[in-house]
Amino acid sequence: MSSTTPTHNYYLPEPSHYPVVGSVALLLMLGGMALWFNGLAFGQWSTLAGLAVLIYMMKIWFGKVIEESEGGLYTKRVDVSFRWSMGWFIFSEVMFFAAFFGALFYARLYSVPELGAVDQKLLWPEFNSAWPTAGPNAMDAFTPMGAWGVPAINTLLLLTSGVTLTVAHFGMLENNRGKLNLWLGLTIALGVIFLGFQAYEYSHAYSELNLKLTSGIYGTTFYLLTGFHGFHVTVGTIMLIVVWVRCLKGHFTADHHFAFEGVAWYWHFVDVVWLFLFIFVYWF
Amino acid sequence: MMIRKIGTAAGLLVSALFSHAASAAYQLNLTTGATKLSQEVYDLHNLMMWIIVVIFAAVFGVMFWSVYAHRKSVGHKADQFHENTTVEILWTVVPVLILMVMAWPATKTLLAVRDTSSPELTIKATGYQWKWGYDYLKGEGEGISFTAQLTTPRDQIYGMAPKGENYLLETDNHVVVPVGKKVRILTTAADVIHAWYVPALAVKQDAVPGFVRDTAFKAEREGIYRGQCAELCGKEHGFMPIVVEVVSQEKYIAWVNEQKKKMAAAAEDPNKKWDLAELKARGEKVYAGNCVACHQANGKGIPGNFPALDGSKIVNGPIAAQIDIILNGKPPTAMQAFGKQLSDTDIAAVIAYSRNSWGNKMGDMVQPADIKAARK
Amino acid sequence: MSAVIDSHGTSHGHDDHHDHGAPAGLMRWVTTTNHKDIGSMYLWFSFVMFLVGGVMALTIRAELFQPGLQIVRPEFFNTMTTYHGLIMVFGAIMPAFVGFANYLIPLMIGAPDMAFPRMNNWSFWLLPPAAILLIGSFFAPGGAAGVGWTMYAPLTSQMGPGMDLTIFAVHILGMSSIMGSINIVTTILNMRCPGMTLMKMPMFVWTWLITAYLLIATMPVLAGAVTMTLTDRHFGTSFFNAAGGGDPVLYQHIFWFFGHPEVYIIAIPAFGVVSQVIPAFSRKPLFGYASMVYATSSIAILSFIVWAHHMYTVGMPVAGQLYYMYATMLIAVPTGVKVFNWVATMWKGSLSFETPMLFALGFLFLFTLGGFTGLVLSMTPVDVQLHDTYYVVAHFHYVMVAGALFSAFAGVYYWLPKWTGRMYDETLGKWHFWLSIIFFNVTFFVQHFLGLAGMPRRIPDYHTQFTEFNVISSIGAFGFGLSQLLFLYIVLKALRSGEKAADKQWDGADTLEWTHLPTPMPYHTFENPPTIK
Ligand code: HEA
Ligand code: HEA
Ligand code: HEC
Ligand code: CUA
Ligand SMILES: [Cu+2]
Repeated sequence: MSSTTPTHNYYLPEPSHYPVVGSVALLLMLGGMALWFNGLAFGQWSTLAGLAVLIYMMKIWFGKVIEESEGGLYTKRVDVSFRWSMGWFIFSEVMFFAAFFGALFYARLYSVPELGAVDQKLLWPEFNSAWPTAGPNAMDAFTPMGAWGVPAINTLLLLTSGVTLTVAHFGMLENNRGKLNLWLGLTIALGVIFLGFQAYEYSHAYSELNLKLTSGIYGTTFYLLTGFHGFHVTVGTIMLIVVWVRCLKGHFTADHHFAFEGVAWYWHFVDVVWLFLFIFVYWF
Repeated sequence: MMIRKIGTAAGLLVSALFSHAASAAYQLNLTTGATKLSQEVYDLHNLMMWIIVVIFAAVFGVMFWSVYAHRKSVGHKADQFHENTTVEILWTVVPVLILMVMAWPATKTLLAVRDTSSPELTIKATGYQWKWGYDYLKGEGEGISFTAQLTTPRDQIYGMAPKGENYLLETDNHVVVPVGKKVRILTTAADVIHAWYVPALAVKQDAVPGFVRDTAFKAEREGIYRGQCAELCGKEHGFMPIVVEVVSQEKYIAWVNEQKKKMAAAAEDPNKKWDLAELKARGEKVYAGNCVACHQANGKGIPGNFPALDGSKIVNGPIAAQIDIILNGKPPTAMQAFGKQLSDTDIAAVIAYSRNSWGNKMGDMVQPADIKAARK
Repeated sequence: MSAVIDSHGTSHGHDDHHDHGAPAGLMRWVTTTNHKDIGSMYLWFSFVMFLVGGVMALTIRAELFQPGLQIVRPEFFNTMTTYHGLIMVFGAIMPAFVGFANYLIPLMIGAPDMAFPRMNNWSFWLLPPAAILLIGSFFAPGGAAGVGWTMYAPLTSQMGPGMDLTIFAVHILGMSSIMGSINIVTTILNMRCPGMTLMKMPMFVWTWLITAYLLIATMPVLAGAVTMTLTDRHFGTSFFNAAGGGDPVLYQHIFWFFGHPEVYIIAIPAFGVVSQVIPAFSRKPLFGYASMVYATSSIAILSFIVWAHHMYTVGMPVAGQLYYMYATMLIAVPTGVKVFNWVATMWKGSLSFETPMLFALGFLFLFTLGGFTGLVLSMTPVDVQLHDTYYVVAHFHYVMVAGALFSAFAGVYYWLPKWTGRMYDETLGKWHFWLSIIFFNVTFFVQHFLGLAGMPRRIPDYHTQFTEFNVISSIGAFGFGLSQLLFLYIVLKALRSGEKAADKQWDGADTLEWTHLPTPMPYHTFENPPTIK
C-alpha cells in the first residue's frame, strides 16, 4: 500500500478490519446484556462472546499499534496527535464522573433535604433528612462506610502509586531501565493492592454493614461512584501492566514513550478522582 | 401599564387580521383565560411577538433588499468589505437592550405567577396512570376526595360514534372551586411524572412522584375549564383530562354539602358480609373503572407490557399474594398501589371479580374485613 | 477571512502522483481508513436514517390526520414519537454533519487525512450496531420504549427489554461521537498545513472545533444518565426514586445538561456550512470572521448554563427560573451576531441563487424564525403555557429541519460536484428547494397555533377543536416527505449521468478543496501539504 510508505510526514494506516470486529463485539456484548438483564435466552452467552471478541480485537489492534510504534512509523507529529487525543479522552472521562458526582451533590444538597422539608410532610411525615440516608422509605438500616479505615489506606496507596509512577518516569527519561522497571512494577503492585482492599471493603459492607447497592441513595451513589472508579483503576492497572511488559522487553526510548506517558496521565486522573471520592463519598 | 396597552393593541390587531377565522377551531393565539394572570401572560406573549415581528421584518427587509438589488444577474459587482467594528458593536449592544426590555415584564409576571401564598382553598392533585385523584385539604370542603377520569366512550375514540362536544376533555367528576378565591393546587404522583395543565387558568405544574409541588390560580369568571395531562406518562397519556368547574360561592357551598352527604352515604359497613355474586357484580364496575386500561376488558392484558389476569398465576394462586399486589402495587412497574385509591370493599370486589371471570374459576373470595386486616 | 494561497501550492495533481486509487469491493468500505470514504458512508447512513425517522414521522402525522385512533395503538404511537426523535437526532442529523466534517476538514486545512484514520473507521462502524439495537428494540418482547426521546425517569422503569436495547444503543452512539470528536479536534489542532493559522481556518472548520468540544463534554454525561436509568431499572438503585432518597427531576437535570448543548451540536455545524455557502454565492468574504468565531464560542459556552429552561414546570425555586430565563435569553445575542453577519455578507455582494444558496437562505430565514420562537419559550411565564405543547414541536422543527437539515442540503448541493466530479440537475434542485420550503411551512407553521391553543405534544388523539390545523400539518408532512425522494433522485442522477463539474465549480468558493485540488479529487489528497501565506 502506498499509504504506508514512510514518504509522508504523517503515518496513515492501511485499511483495517479491526474496527468492524470491534463493532460486532459491542453489538454482541451490549445486545446480549440487554437480553441477559431481562432473563432472556442466550443473553449471557452473547455477552461473553462479545467480550471475548472485544478482548481479541483490542489485542490485535493494540498489538498492531505497538508494532507500528516500534517500527518507527510514528513521527513527532503523530506523537502530538496522541497527546491531544489522550488529553481530550481524559476530559471526556472527567465529564462522565461529573455526571455521577453531580447526582451525589444533587441528592445531598437538593433531593434529600427537600424530602424532609415541611412541604413534603404530606407524603413522608416521618422522614428527617440527614446524610447518609437510604431515603424516606428505607426498609432496613445500614452503617455508612467510615473514611478512616480502609479508604484512608487506599488513599495512601494511590497517592504513593502516583509518586512511584513519577519515579519510574524519571527512570525512563534518564534511560535507567532498572529504575524504570522496578518502580513501574511497584506502581502496579500498589494498584493491585488497592483493588484488593476495595474488594474487601465491598464484602465487608455487604456482610457486616448491611450497606448494599439497594440501600437507597447512599448505597446507590456509594457503589456507583466507587464502582466506576474501581473499574477505572482496573483498566489503568491493566494498561500499566502492558506498558511494564513492554518496558521489560526493551520498548520505548527516553524521547519516544507516549504509551507510558498516556497511561501515566490516566493513572493520575484516576488518582485525582479518588481524592474527590475520598472527600465527598467517605469523609463528609 | 404602557406594556399592557401595547399588548392589547397588538391583540386587537391580530384578531382584526384574522377575524374571519377567529372561531375556536382556528384559534391562533393563547387563550385570554379566566384569571388575571392568564390575561397577563397573554399580553406578555403578544408584546414579545410584536417585538420579534419588528426585528424579523427589519433583518429580512435588509436581506431581501440585497437579494433584490445586489444580484449578479443584474450585474451588481461585489464589494469586498468584510469588517466594521462599529456596526458589530452596535448589533451586539442593541439586542442586549431589547432583551432587557423583554425581561422586565417577564420577571414581573413570573413573580406573580409563582406566588402561591395565602390560598383560600388547597387541593391536592395526584397523578395516577391514568386518572387524577383530588383531595380537598384545606378550606371549605376539606375532606372531600374523589378521582376523575375520562368519560369519553371508546366508541367515539375508535370512530364508531360521532365525537361529542367535549371529546377527550370530559371526566366523571369535576374539580369544583369557588369563583374569585385563590386556589392552591398541590401536585404529586403515584407512579410516573404527570403534569396538571389547564390553559384558561394559566397553570401547568408537573406532578412528580414522591414530591409535592404547587401552583395557584384565582378564577375570575364562572365556567368549565378543561385541560390535559401535559407530561408523557405512558400509554394513556393523551387520555387523562382535567376539568375544573368554577362556580359561585353559593353553588360551591351547595356542592360541598352534597359531596359530604354522598361520602357519608358511601361509607359502608366495613363488617358487612358479602356473597360472591354481589361482590363480583360490584367488582366488575371497579375493574372497568380502574384496571381495564392495562389489563383490558377481556383480562388478556397487552402481552409484553401488561400481564394477563386471565390465567395469571397470582390470580389463580393463594389469595394473599393477590391482595398484596393490589394493595401495594409492584414498584417501579405500572402496577400501582391501589390500597390508597380503593376502599376495602372495592378491593375485595375486584378480587372476587378477577378470580371468577374469563377463564378463572377459583370460586373463592375475601371479605372487606380481610382486606382491612391485610392493610397493616 | 482571507487565506491568501501561496502560488506554488496551486499546481493541481502534482502532489498526488503516487495515488493508487481505492481498493475495490465491499471490503473497501468495511476496512477503509480514508476520510473521504468514511465521510461518504456517514452521509449515506444519515440519509437512510432520515428516511427511517421520516417514515416514523409520517406514521405520527397519519395518526394525527384526524381526531380519534385510526392507525396505531397509543403505546405504539409513543414509540413512534420516541424513535422518530432519537433516530432523527442521533441517526440523521448528527452523522450527516460528522460526514461533512470527515470529508471536508482534512481538505480545508490541507491535511492528508484525519489524525486517526483507523479510529475514524470505527467511529462510523459503531453506528450500524447502534441502529440495529435501536430498531431491534421494536422486536423485543413488549416492543420498543414509549418514553420520548428525552427518556424521562421513572417512566423508563416501566418499559420492557426494548428500553435496555435503546440504552445500550445510546452508549454506542456516545462512544462513536466521542471518538469521532477526539479525532476531529486532534486533526484540527495538529494537522493544519503550514500557514493555516487558527484564525485563517474556514468557518466550517471552526464550527466543528467548537462542536467537537461540546460533544466530548456532553456525550459522557448522557452516557451517565442512561447508565443510571439502567441501574435503577435492574439493580435496585435509587437515583430517580424518591422513596430511596433520589429524585426523578435529577434525571432531567442530567439529561438536559447534555440535551441543551446537544441542540447546538446540531446547529453549530449547520452554521458552519452556511458560512461557507453564503460568501461563495455572494462572491464576497464572510463578514466579521473574527466575531463569528467569538459568537460561536459564546454560544457553546452559554449552552452549558441554560439547560433548565426545559424544566420550567418541574417546580424549581423562582430564583432558578429567573436565572435560567435570563441566561437563555442571552444566547440570542451571539446568535443574532451570526445572523447579522450573514446578512451583511450578502449586502452589496454579487448574489446568485443556485440550489445551495437557496437552501442557505431558507436556513437563514426559517432558522431565525425558529430562534425567535425559542426566545418566546425562554420567557418562563409564557413557557409555562407552552411547555409540552405543539408550540415547542414547531419551535424545534424550525431550528432542526429548516435549520440543520436545510443546511445539510445546502452542503450536499454545494460540495457534490467536488465530491463526485459531476453536477446535479439545477432545475430539479430548485424544485427540491421550493417544494421543501413550502411543504415545510405547511407542516410546521400551523403547529404554533396548535400549541398556543393548548394541544399537548406526544398524544395520539386530540380534541376536535384542533382538527383543522392537524389536517393541514399532516398534508404538509406527506408533501415534505415526498419532496425528499426527489432529493434522492437528484443525487443518483448526478452520480450516474451528471455533467462534468469544473475544478472550481463555484466562482466564489475560496477554500483549499476548490482552489488546490482537481475535480474529481484523487483518493488521497495533500499527502504533501500546501503552504498558505
Ligand atoms: C438546533 C436546535 C435548536 C436551537 C438552535 C435552539 C435554539 C434556542 N432554543 Fe430551543 N429547543 C430545541 C432545539 C433548538 N433550540 C429542541 C429540540 C427543543 C425541545 C426538546 C424536547 O423537549 O424534546 C427545544 C426547546 C426549547 C425550550 C424549552 C421549551 C419547552 O419544552 O417548554 C426553550 C425554552 O427556553 C428553548 C429556547 C431556545 C432559545 C432561546 C434558542 C436560541 O438559541 C435562539 C437564538 C436565536 C435567535 C433569537 C434568532 C436570531 C437572533 C437575532 C436576529 C438577534 C436579535 C434578536 C433579539 C434581540 C430578540 N428551546
Ligand atoms: C433533526 C431532527 C428532526 C427531523 C429532521 C424531524 C422531521 C420531522 N418531524 Fe420531528 N421530531 C424531532 C426531530 C426531528 N423531526 C424530535 C427530537 C421530536 C421530539 C420527539 C419526542 O417528543 O420525544 C420530534 C417530534 C415530532 C412530532 C411530535 C410528535 C409528538 O409529540 O407526538 C411531529 C408531529 O408532527 C414530528 C413531525 C416531523 C415531520 C413531519 C418531519 C419531516 O421533516 C420528516 C420528513 C421525512 C420523510 C417523510 C422521509 C422521507 C420520505 C420517504 C421515506 C418516502 C415515503 C414518503 C411518503 C410515502 C410521503 N416530529
Ligand atoms: C397502569 C397500569 C395498570 C393498572 C391500571 C392496573 N395494573 Fe395490575 N399490573 C400492571 C402491571 C405492569 C403488572 C405487572 C407487574 C409485574 O411486572 O409483575 C400488573 C400485575 C397485576 C397482577 C399480577 C398478575 C401476574 O400474574 O403477575 C394483578 C393480580 C393485577 N395486576 C391486578 C390489577 C387490578 C385488580 C387492577 C385494578 C384495580 C390493576 N391490576 C390495575 C399494570 C396495571
Ligand atoms: Cu399523565 Cu400524561
Ligand atoms: Cu435548550
